[in-house]
Amino acid sequence: MAESTVQQSRSRDLDKLLLKPGNLVAPTFEPGVQLRDDLQEYARILVIGAGGLGCELLKDLALSGFKNLEVIDMDRIEVTNLNRQFLFRLEDVGKPKAEVAAKRVMERVSGVNIVPHFCRIEDKEIDFYKDFIIIVLGLDSIEARSYINAVAHAFQIQGWYVMIASHTWNKALNVVPQKYDSDDNPIEETVKPMVDGGTEGFKGHARVIIPGSTPCFECTIWLFPPQVKFPLCTLAETPRTAAHCIEYAHLIKWDEVHSGKTFDPDDPEHMKWVYTELSFKVCLFNMCSSHVPQAVKRAELFGIQGVTYSLTQGVVKNIIPAIASTNAIISAACTLETLKLASGCSKTLSNYLTYNGVEGLHIKVTEFVKDKDCLVCGPGVLLELDTSVTLQKFIDMLEEHPKLLLSKASVRHRATNLYMQAPPVLEEMTRSNLNLPLFELMGKVPKDIIHVTGTTSKDDKKTSCLRKLCLVFKGADAVTDLDMAVGA
Amino acid sequence: MAEPKTKYDRQLRIWGEQGQTALEKASICLLNCGPTGSETLKNLVLGGVGSITVIDGSKVELGDLGNNFMVDESCVGQSKAKCVCTFLQELNDAVKAKFIEEYPEALVDSNPSFFSQFTLVVATQLAEDSMVKLDKICREANVLLIFARSYGLTGFVRNSVKEHAVIESKPDHFLDDLRLNNPWPELKRFAESIDLKVADPVAHKHTPYVVILVKMAEEWAKAHGGALPSTRDEKKEFKELLKAGMVAIDEDNYREAIEASFKVFAPRGISSDLLQIIHDSCSEVDSNSSDFWVMVAALKEFIVNEGGGEAPLEGSIPDMTSSTELYVNLQKIYLAKAEADFLVIQQRVKSILKRIGRDPDSISKTMIKSFCKNARKLKVCRYRLIEDEFSNPAVPEVQKYLTDEEYSVAMGFYILLRAVDRFSANYNSFPGQFEGEMDEDISRLKTAVVGLLNDLGCNGSTVTEDLINEMCRFGASELHAVAAFIGGIASQEVIKLITKQFVPMVGTFIFNGIDQKSQLLAL
Repeated sequence: MAESTVQQSRSRDLDKLLLKPGNLVAPTFEPGVQLRDDLQEYARILVIGAGGLGCELLKDLALSGFKNLEVIDMDRIEVTNLNRQFLFRLEDVGKPKAEVAAKRVMERVSGVNIVPHFCRIEDKEIDFYKDFIIIVLGLDSIEARSYINAVAHAFQIQGWYVMIASHTWNKALNVVPQKYDSDDNPIEETVKPMVDGGTEGFKGHARVIIPGSTPCFECTIWLFPPQVKFPLCTLAETPRTAAHCIEYAHLIKWDEVHSGKTFDPDDPEHMKWVYTELSFKVCLFNMCSSHVPQAVKRAELFGIQGVTYSLTQGVVKNIIPAIASTNAIISAACTLETLKLASGCSKTLSNYLTYNGVEGLHIKVTEFVKDKDCLVCGPGVLLELDTSVTLQKFIDMLEEHPKLLLSKASVRHRATNLYMQAPPVLEEMTRSNLNLPLFELMGKVPKDIIHVTGTTSKDDKKTSCLRKLCLVFKGADAVTDLDMAVGA
Repeated sequence: MAEPKTKYDRQLRIWGEQGQTALEKASICLLNCGPTGSETLKNLVLGGVGSITVIDGSKVELGDLGNNFMVDESCVGQSKAKCVCTFLQELNDAVKAKFIEEYPEALVDSNPSFFSQFTLVVATQLAEDSMVKLDKICREANVLLIFARSYGLTGFVRNSVKEHAVIESKPDHFLDDLRLNNPWPELKRFAESIDLKVADPVAHKHTPYVVILVKMAEEWAKAHGGALPSTRDEKKEFKELLKAGMVAIDEDNYREAIEASFKVFAPRGISSDLLQIIHDSCSEVDSNSSDFWVMVAALKEFIVNEGGGEAPLEGSIPDMTSSTELYVNLQKIYLAKAEADFLVIQQRVKSILKRIGRDPDSISKTMIKSFCKNARKLKVCRYRLIEDEFSNPAVPEVQKYLTDEEYSVAMGFYILLRAVDRFSANYNSFPGQFEGEMDEDISRLKTAVVGLLNDLGCNGSTVTEDLINEMCRFGASELHAVAAFIGGIASQEVIKLITKQFVPMVGTFIFNGIDQKSQLLAL
């Protein structure tokens, strides 16, 4: 006992924050050794992405009292990662990011366990995500953020229970909406907070999303402006900039010349073809040949300057410039919020931080509000159905519904899979449900929330999505009310 | 496509070859390699700075393993500088990494000339008295200096350089330089050669808005005694005229013209920021003046003479709906004017250099060209000596920050961060650093705060009890996440100072880890 207090602890610095009571802390903060040990033992954190932010996040979390981490990333290491993804070396190029990142952090910080997952986020069963108390996102894709956002919000509604041993998490999180069962015992629902970071050059953001309390990612999707796209007629007829010439080569000319071969932005041969064969020559020749007098236009087109290999890559791959310092700043902010959410050791960010280091230094915190009509965290898209509608018919309807346009839907009601498109085992198990009325499958309730996952196409791009629907069965009220009364 | 540069591709897209070369030439010295210092250098080593020198006199303890990624179990008991240096070197073999096992405070006292060999010094976790001494040493030796400190859930970053002039400030949003309110003869002539009422609908909708606006403004001026639209009604009328010029509703060029019509209404001449720079006393140049100020002196002459009140033209135009032919021709006209303006400035630079007794060719053509292109975006950052900030406080600012709801917590932390150093000078430890003395430490810290507020000329002002208690709870801890944040900011400032691109922060950045409402205090 005496020895343990005299001997210096590894958590020398963190102990100051976790063991002593404070004034500006969360109301649920219970400082003490127990809290520190529980953080180490029971708090499981999932990091999504092992890139610029992910590498930083894993390091930061491992040195912020968390010992059980998992990381998902589908990418392999590239040379251009090395200026910021500090866990990777030249000899790692080609290896899965998640695996190398996990290994490097475990080698350096003893006692930390990191489970890597080299796969897409959609490859994981939704249940996979429920084992974590907080999900931290270090992504560069809007689609991936949307998907995880929907998954995290699905837990809250579906009422999956906290799986971790320590009861204190729910208290510490202070975000658990208390619901009561028929005997007036509180039901603790899992609330899956997310901490999301993003960077571009000298700019970045960090935000906290607590399902039920804060706006979700989808509520403020407008914060991410759509990618600039050039009209095809500009590319073909009136190119003016180097980027126009590159996109012409990439989007129009590639298919004309290589019929049937898909353009692969990661294949340097393809990239070089776009650059050398086209950006100059074809831009000059073909483009104008199909239109007005060649000689004049050709000379004019020659005036378009600035096509370089670097720009070609930048335009075609939509490369976002990235540097170590911004990633470090944003990841650190995300980690600090994760620690505060898990321990209550201070107040939390409410709820969106922007960083801009371009001109001086600007940090701004904005408290966004929920969009009450949000497709993900709002009451759900309302669908009115006849009690006779079968599951198969319902799935077909989703494809036609103008707000959803959801194909290949899998359907889940509370914790039950009604129909799963994959894996084959589950598909087979649930196939027989297709011919049954949905009303019966859902336990004959007049109104309830269900979740559907599937693909939707937006701007000609297929993306996975999860949607919350509020189903109301026509003319079912009276019957079920009666049923329930009898049951009670 | 040079292969060795591939790993820097994502940052070259930000600061270019020139910025990268500046980084590769830089030698950086780090004082104290706790997590704040280690994280700062980590970001710089990854980016490829020339060399680093890590200075720290301490040995690695068990507690360091819990907050510093640049040490591991095998390091316990060894020189911290050595261990951190070894792990940093692993990140990038192009960087020369050295270490010196010595306490920075001792080095500041015993060997001040040591620091003059570096491009930049990053001083982390230094107490006030050493900060003041080091600041003077670096200022004297013309070495860039950045202070950074993490302390519990707070911390600060502060640059210190006599003057940092930026040519390539690369702002996110900056109005293009089209001169629609003040076109030069070639642009006017080009516009005149184009018929807005062209019968061919394809040609009509591919007339660039620059041409439309120049012609319409010219017409307006003729009818209004040479004046451009200035009142609200006139502006509205002008836009109506533009709308009336459309022959079909899908004419993007006319839509762009209406949106850009404010560029016609904008006042002529240079911005107040640029006016301030050309009237800076440094623009009266002599043989000791920097290249920057020599060019500013030339710019000043240009504005008064050839420029007719305007800065040299930037020479580039944004993309706009247009036929390729007209767009490229327009580009050429802007480029030609920019080139002509550059030649005038270059001539003026040469004669100024001659006048002040320097080689007329000592400023390169590339440099002058870049200066001309960025003339409207020049920035000059100046930093007080730390000693001056401490002994000669900006009382009105301090009072304003203390009472402003947005700033009061940050200002409170600024005061507390200084108060803990006074505390430590008196009691040989930081408040809350050791077990069991919290209450006593809180009241002692309170006393230190009151004393400091007095010295800042703010008698009667207070820092909240909550904040003082929190500061005691922090107990001088260096949390990894806070250190990574502070180190991230410090490294980004290093990059801005060394590449001379973008604009470094001016003032003291105070980190607020409680609700993340950090602030930059101009003191």
